[in-house]
Amino acid sequence: MNYSTIIEDNIDILVVGAGLGGTGAAFEARYWGQNKKIVIAEKANIMRSGAVAQGLYAINCYMGTRFGENNPEDHVRYARIDLMGMVREDLLFDMARHVDSAVHNFEEWGLPIMRDQKKGSFLREGRWQIMIHGESYKPIVAEAAKKSADKVFNRICVTHLLMDESKENRVAGAVGFNVRTGNYHVFKSKTVICGAGGASNIFKPRSVGEGAGRVWYAPWSSGSAYGLMIEAGAKMTQMENRIVLARFKDGYGPVGAYFLHLKTYTQNGYGEEYESKWFPALQQMVGKEYLDPEVSHRTHRPIPTCLRNHAIINEVNAGRGPIHMVTMEAFQDPHLEEIGWHNFLGMTVGQAVLWAATDVDPKYENPELTTSEPYVMGSHATGCGAWCSGPEDISPKEYFWGYNRMTTIEGLFGAGDAVGGTPHAFSSGSFTEGRLAAKAACKYIDDGKAEGIRVSEAQINRRKEQIYKPLETYHVFSNEVVAGSVNPNFINPRQGLDRLQKMMDEYCGGFGVNYMTNDKLLNIGLKKMSILGEDLEKVAASDIHELLRAWELKHRFLTSESVFHHTLFRKETRWPGYYYRGDVMKLDDKNWHVLTVSRRDPKTGEYTMEKAPLYHLVGDVEKAAPVDHH
Amino acid sequence: MPTFVYMTRCDGCGECVDICPSDIMHIDKKLRRAYNIEPNMCWECYSCVKACPHQAIDVRGYADFAPLGHSVRVIRDEEKGTIAWRIKFRNGKKDMELLAPITTKPWGSATPDLAKVPAPSKEMRDSQLLFNEPKYIRMDDGGLHTLQSNGLEIKEGVQY
Repeated sequence: MNYSTIIEDNIDILVVGAGLGGTGAAFEARYWGQNKKIVIAEKANIMRSGAVAQGLYAINCYMGTRFGENNPEDHVRYARIDLMGMVREDLLFDMARHVDSAVHNFEEWGLPIMRDQKKGSFLREGRWQIMIHGESYKPIVAEAAKKSADKVFNRICVTHLLMDESKENRVAGAVGFNVRTGNYHVFKSKTVICGAGGASNIFKPRSVGEGAGRVWYAPWSSGSAYGLMIEAGAKMTQMENRIVLARFKDGYGPVGAYFLHLKTYTQNGYGEEYESKWFPALQQMVGKEYLDPEVSHRTHRPIPTCLRNHAIINEVNAGRGPIHMVTMEAFQDPHLEEIGWHNFLGMTVGQAVLWAATDVDPKYENPELTTSEPYVMGSHATGCGAWCSGPEDISPKEYFWGYNRMTTIEGLFGAGDAVGGTPHAFSSGSFTEGRLAAKAACKYIDDGKAEGIRVSEAQINRRKEQIYKPLETYHVFSNEVVAGSVNPNFINPRQGLDRLQKMMDEYCGGFGVNYMTNDKLLNIGLKKMSILGEDLEKVAASDIHELLRAWELKHRFLTSESVFHHTLFRKETRWPGYYYRGDVMKLDDKNWHVLTVSRRDPKTGEYTMEKAPLYHLVGDVEKAAPVDHH
Repeated sequence: MPTFVYMTRCDGCGECVDICPSDIMHIDKKLRRAYNIEPNMCWECYSCVKACPHQAIDVRGYADFAPLGHSVRVIRDEEKGTIAWRIKFRNGKKDMELLAPITTKPWGSATPDLAKVPAPSKEMRDSQLLFNEPKYIRMDDGGLHTLQSNGLEIKEGVQY
């Protein structure tokens, strides 16, 4: 394969993947490193890349400290109960105490944030959410990142991290290829901030055929943050904590504004309230500490997202589906009706397309809801990601090793979905994490931690050979058959993805098995995964575009393998409604009030699992919640 | 809802190819016009539709669940700072026009150049503060929240 090697040398801060996390990192890095070389490598175009490419109609993480609304610890408590206790409270507190300044910067850059005309504060959708006209959220934020960066390399699919050869377990940059020219790109850097995103499309989606791209999280979210870090040997945490979303059927349009702002609610197919009847049995499973509807009603403590899913799943299984969102009341108000539609156009246009196609006018018809296939990510109501150091003024010793948001690989930092244990960061919190990582990365360099990094030609050449192997495989074997996609020597990326999704669905608790798995299934799944891993050595790509899909698939595979190991390790059902361990159908605080931490040995591929202690913030009293929330 | 491109409107300029987050808008080598090479990796994000200078790109709902005969069109205008939508139902009974702002500032004019702002002091470097903080969090009312300032401890074990 005759592709040029293009080397970008002497980088101080390399941002891999510039969604909201990566743009935050690039932006902030310039302030702390005014003379440093800051480079972005992004597989798409940063003006429309990452999960916010399409836009957003709300910023879901804003404290409103300026307006006396919430303190950071209030948000920590909210995330804690929503995730059934399993969060990194040092990282969450840190994110929450900084997140408002990100939002105020966005407003200054031109992001239209709606105002509460009476109070003068931002218009609240819920306790944590504010409403925006965010069609151009991503391009506005990308402009700021672009101004800070020395160079932006769009259309570079980063496949691997480079590792230092003079000191073990220290990062040295990254490599990848240009999805247009095919050229091989080498980025030699003192630090890397990984913001390459969570994973859609690893569990079989409900949609079939052409609609397979209609996933809740963007189809380009290929789990590359996890794939890159796992492959390099970074420790991961909470990878079992996949998320299932209750959303409008087929279009997966968001429900937040509907519940919180439009005050719509759900009922079963027969017009009945269904949720409360599932709670007594569910309380037996998880304990009163995590589900107490009376306390929730009195104190506005939210019912965890997974437990609300549980009620939907069970009601549908009991034969009283579908679940409907009752919109017919709210939509009689023309102002609320308009908000309902704008909400989709701002972030999930496809839902508007679907309702237009199916003549669903929510003014006269209550639309259907469904529970989605699971997703692996770390910034919504779930906290998968790398095991990262927290800030020095908050973190206990087990959570601290020198630099905020640094993974267990020296010089490798995370932001957004890449960081584990920090759910409910959403767009603004991910951007904030990028900023925190950037400041820490500059300090790491200024402290002299990145001296003497050495990357050999051999490492660079070895990666190059690996990267183009799928093209080579295609070239060698495709003419052995007359035509078509069936070949005994290889599979193409789509075939590999289908196999992965089927396996994740059937053995790891996808929608097809009602989110159920157990130790037996997981062990069988792991065996099949290792064979898929062997076959992925023979994945073939007919062109550069397919080579992109091949590497996305490899990142999804590494993510999935980690999910399998974590799910097997945690011997309890911690999040009913996200997934169930049929062999241990109870939440078990005695043995599993811990975070799960894994490491894949880069040399052998073997996994080791450990438990890490959970720390919680204590010592103050919850303020009365000012706004009702779900 | 996968995108498609009208033959008579596309001039092959490649704006859609440049912006597509999923890398699925490509130029057909023979026809020299753009098309969606991989509809099942399309998120119907409308990035290409908005970027097309000729309104040559449209969306037809996914064949596996969306019936034919609907339309959701859009014009995004950075100069005016607006986005205009028109939604038409299959049965023709609903035809909505919706308008929203996309920015409050002339495009790209308000982002700061952090290479040119005064460099942070050593004191600020050693603190937990980020650019523009604490002012951008709390106006001039107090500093950054800490465990101490908020009367908190971080404690190991089972707490709810």
